[in-house]
Amino acid sequence: MSFLCEPIGLSHYLAVGAFLFVTGIVCMATKRNALGILMGIELVLNGAILNFVGFASPYFRDENLGLDGHMIALFVIVLAAAEAAVALAIALNFYNNHATIDVDRANELKG
Amino acid sequence: MIGLLAAATEASINWHTVIFYVTALVACGFAVLVATTNNIVRMAFALIVCLAAASGLLFLAGAYFVGAMQLMIYVGGTVVLLIFGVMLTAQKAFITMQTKGGDWILGLLVGGTLLAILVQLAFLVPQWQSSDYQAKADMNLATYVDKLEQQLTEGQEITQPQRDELARLEILATDGMPQRTGEIGLALVGVRADQGTRPDEKGLAGYLLPFEIVSIHLLVVLVGAAFLARAKRHHAGGATR
Repeated sequence: MSFLCEPIGLSHYLAVGAFLFVTGIVCMATKRNALGILMGIELVLNGAILNFVGFASPYFRDENLGLDGHMIALFVIVLAAAEAAVALAIALNFYNNHATIDVDRANELKG
Repeated sequence: MIGLLAAATEASINWHTVIFYVTALVACGFAVLVATTNNIVRMAFALIVCLAAASGLLFLAGAYFVGAMQLMIYVGGTVVLLIFGVMLTAQKAFITMQTKGGDWILGLLVGGTLLAILVQLAFLVPQWQSSDYQAKADMNLATYVDKLEQQLTEGQEITQPQRDELARLEILATDGMPQRTGEIGLALVGVRADQGTRPDEKGLAGYLLPFEIVSIHLLVVLVGAAFLARAKRHHAGGATR
């Protein structure tokens, strides 16, 4: 239990970010539901945010990104919201036209 | 739990570390649930918990404003949008869709390799493995107090700037991360309050232009989303769809 007495470092944040990133990649690769793929994208973006905030924290490094890391994380959050809105609109349009949400049956999207 | 108590008697437990591990475990566990379950409704719920735990990690790193925005925009906005998508498309056949076994094997193979490489890379730099922030702040405070005491024994008075320095060091050692909401707001309108004020200083530029770009981007995206997802009125009476 000695690791509970040590202060954590930047590596721990990078590891959690990497884990969220990889689960998001696996989610995107294996899901057949288009909305499941969107959720995988959210996980990937969250891993990126964790990395940026970890590098920005004065707790971990003296030469940190500072405010820049926080700003980039905020922009990532906003862009994720925008991306989710558009992707959801496309998915709903696809559902209306093809009566399915299965991306394996979307191989004939020709406009 | 007993091991935890035993450790508490041996050496003082770092509660920041304990809370980090608990939050990280919740985030990673529910992320795995998102990736593994086939039920889309359960996926949405697990995503909410995972993102909320991730915002807890942001709070722990001292990014309070980003953590609050994560809770409000991500958990309160984006995921609700996704849940609406789930509800609009949740017909019986689409709630649970089985993934083919081959897809699972390929995905886990690629993911496992990537994870092994990334985690090894994360622990590669020795300075990143543990934070000496608290130890350094305590040491700075102790040395300054020693210096002031020595000055007192030599018969010199403590001046006001020295008092201010002592208070600053004490705040660094006892308080948490600085609250940066005001600095973020100023940076969004192009003023950097966290850096020097000389205009020739490098990196003084704020985030006014990215802020404007992201505003226009959001407007265009919302118009585009409304256009794409609108009900097709000219098809409403049609017999084909």
